[in-house]
Amino acid sequence: MSDKDKKQDTNISRRSFIKGVGTGTVAATVVPAAILVGNEKTAEAQTDQAISKAEIQLNINDTVYEIEVEARTTLLTVLRDGIDTGGNNVDLTGAKLICDRGECGGCTVLVDGKAVYACMMLAMDAQGKQITTVEGIANGDNLHPIQEAFVKHDAMMCGFCTPGFIVSSVALLNENRKPTLTEIKEGLSGNTCRCGTYPFIFDAVETASEKM
Amino acid sequence: MASWGEASQSRLIGKRIVRLSGKEKVTGEAKYTYDINRPGMLYGRILRAEVPHATVTEIDLTDAEEMPGVQAVIPLIEVGRKIRYQGQEIAAVAAETDDIAKDALRVIYLELEELPFVATEADAMAEGAPQIRDWEGNRSNPSKGEQGDIEAGFAEAAVTVEATYHTPVQTHVCLETHGHVVEWADEQNLTVWASTQAVFGVRNDLARRLELPANQVRVITEHMGGGFGSKFSPGVEGLTAAQLSRMTERPVKLMLTRKAEHLVAGNRPSMTQHVKAGATRDGRLIAYDMRGYGTGGTGGGAGFTGPYVYHVPNIRTERTNIAVNAGSQRAMRAPGHPQGAFAMDSLMDELAEQLGMNPLEFRRLNDESEVRQAQYTLGAQEIGWHKRNSVAGSGTGIKKRGMGVGSGQWGGGGGANTQARVNINADGTVEAITGTQDIGTGIRTAIAIIVAEEFGLTTEDIIVKIGDSAPGLPSGGSGGSQTTASVAPVIKTAAAKAKQKLFEHVAPLLQAPIDDLRIGTGTIYVASDRTKTVTWHQATGLLGQETISEGGEWDRELRQGGVAGTQFAEVEVDTQTGHVKILKIVAVQDCGLAINRLTTESQINGGVIMGIGQTLLEERIMDPMTGRMLNANLEDYKVPGTYEIPEIKSIVFDTHRKVTGVGEPPCIPTLGAIANAVYNAIGVRIRELPITPDKVLNALAEKA
Repeated sequence: MSDKDKKQDTNISRRSFIKGVGTGTVAATVVPAAILVGNEKTAEAQTDQAISKAEIQLNINDTVYEIEVEARTTLLTVLRDGIDTGGNNVDLTGAKLICDRGECGGCTVLVDGKAVYACMMLAMDAQGKQITTVEGIANGDNLHPIQEAFVKHDAMMCGFCTPGFIVSSVALLNENRKPTLTEIKEGLSGNTCRCGTYPFIFDAVETASEKM
Repeated sequence: MASWGEASQSRLIGKRIVRLSGKEKVTGEAKYTYDINRPGMLYGRILRAEVPHATVTEIDLTDAEEMPGVQAVIPLIEVGRKIRYQGQEIAAVAAETDDIAKDALRVIYLELEELPFVATEADAMAEGAPQIRDWEGNRSNPSKGEQGDIEAGFAEAAVTVEATYHTPVQTHVCLETHGHVVEWADEQNLTVWASTQAVFGVRNDLARRLELPANQVRVITEHMGGGFGSKFSPGVEGLTAAQLSRMTERPVKLMLTRKAEHLVAGNRPSMTQHVKAGATRDGRLIAYDMRGYGTGGTGGGAGFTGPYVYHVPNIRTERTNIAVNAGSQRAMRAPGHPQGAFAMDSLMDELAEQLGMNPLEFRRLNDESEVRQAQYTLGAQEIGWHKRNSVAGSGTGIKKRGMGVGSGQWGGGGGANTQARVNINADGTVEAITGTQDIGTGIRTAIAIIVAEEFGLTTEDIIVKIGDSAPGLPSGGSGGSQTTASVAPVIKTAAAKAKQKLFEHVAPLLQAPIDDLRIGTGTIYVASDRTKTVTWHQATGLLGQETISEGGEWDRELRQGGVAGTQFAEVEVDTQTGHVKILKIVAVQDCGLAINRLTTESQINGGVIMGIGQTLLEERIMDPMTGRMLNANLEDYKVPGTYEIPEIKSIVFDTHRKVTGVGEPPCIPTLGAIANAVYNAIGVRIRELPITPDKVLNALAEKA
């Protein structure tokens, strides 16, 4: 039985993972080999992926995009790097990939009105849902009260996390029109800012809640 | 003599003005390097070492090269060379999609011969530790300092304290990782979108490495997602992106992963200091003897301040760098200061307690800064210092409260590194152009404020063109809190000269001498006869085909270095869980002339919050068994989130009307203030950051 057959038997990658330990490295010291870089000298990693593609429709900011995606393609990848079947870039780059593991909220979008991490949602799972990105929050040239309040209170510095905070704040106020400071902190606890703009973000959400 | 004028005369300078880029940032329109999508663009990725020390014995890129969608693969290390830390670059790929690039990294074949390594300072200094660089025992030659007579000093001391203070390695955690988008127009000209703090620095560095004339490299940084001192150079990743792009003749985007950002994109070095200090019975610091070390990875640079802020006549110090197999340090927000301040302010409180003095009074006796003396008074009032426990840990109940104070200082006086032009066009538009970059501090808005003030316009009337090397107007990197003090004087003098030129055109029309002309709100008028007036547009209309374009000078009279700051903290410590909750921070920060009070307050808030992270949360954790960083992500490496944010009272403490930088100083006093507040709450001192619940509980258990 070849190594490749063995792997197909189990249909999990654990064996190829262990196998990589034996062939991929020459270790002079005892170190768990899983941490070593490298791989078998085969093209197995390509076949591992068994890449299948599908054409799907996504409704983003009230526009329907037809896009070919892989099973592994995230919603965030479609928003930022997606190219529709007509060859046009989706180019909605407001949502950011920051932590790449559902920790920081930089990629937050609304899916049917609820705040969702776009890095953690597969594009295929977003079919049939209403997706709103930060680019879809304003009404044309008229900023949403949240956006106005963020500008007024300087609730941003470098601004890289700002789109995520805007979308999370909108989701929060959609559910709770008059949040207390504690509720604001809870509502935005899934978002991270490194410049330290939080105090002015809290002020902005409070101001917006008074205006809405 | 040039001046910024009286506060009462300022329409915009010193007021709270909203950020010019605000609308772009809240709508997602602001394009960061990471957001640049160019036609035909490829995605680059870098394969990195997962072992801390090894010799490369084989690299085979064939499988990656043959993978469909892969356009280029290059090695970044040669066979026979050494890997010296986890994350070191092995090879790079450029592919049609980011996912394909990721796949391609997985099939690169690599053989390594592992070498013994040291992951922590303790390992590096242990007897028989493998020597990982040309430092005996992995220790650099110590740098020594001596002042006064240390022995005589201790002889005079009525009380002494001996203690060891430690701060771990902290990483920058820029939310936009380091990266570039590179596009060659032809073999000799390229455009680079760079997430950088130094547009011209990156231009010059890349040009040198690519052997091109500097003006054939254009660097653009319209917006950038945080640097904190780590983004001055294009790095391996920038040069790699340029090489991949040149090979494929296609634009390439190459951004670091979050993990790589922790591993290789810089960090604040650790600090351990053993200090013995003494004070006289009447409360004067008299002797300070310190031996300390820190690690900046495989290189040096692990410096820290000590003694700090307070005056000590007799000093002996010795500092050593320790080499470990980990990514190198880079400048991080006030390099050396926060950790030094933590140790010094902890020490001050320990000495004050020995003397039976109020720690604030003890500071007053030893602090020669008049500004800080005034700040102590204001800050104490704001926090309610009189409510503090006079005996540490004397509060009752499970949750105990306490207060503490800390101090800091910084330079930030700028330098002569900026060229700028202010243009007035016949259609009334105004441009301010210079090669600085807005790293989130708001320099774009500050420039607009200065020009708008000079011309009687609004900030929205000013087109600020920064973050681009193409106009050929260099400015320095945004480091050392130097940006505003470097740029503002040049913009101010350029605008003043442009205004003068415009007055020359207007004077004949208004039949008045030039020095009788004044700027109104959107108008120019004659001071001696206010009925004589023209609108801004009427005035600029006189220019016809001409554009007024004036450069400026770095007038030293318009800026000043040297700022003082102090902070007070009130905390609540849960003695059952060990959790420290910060209730309030009062930050009193000398800022010189704050061009924009609103963005200045933002920066003070930001400094305090970064200080909170360093005090309570942040630590690079190295695994001594594998030499790897265990928390190279945002889940296990904690930065402050909404729940950690206390009430912060940021006070812009006006001292003089000269421009000074304020990016770094507010992150310094926070650590000592919180650590001292924790002691005041529970009566046990924690000398090792971060102050996590386990340390609090252990300390309480030892006390009991």
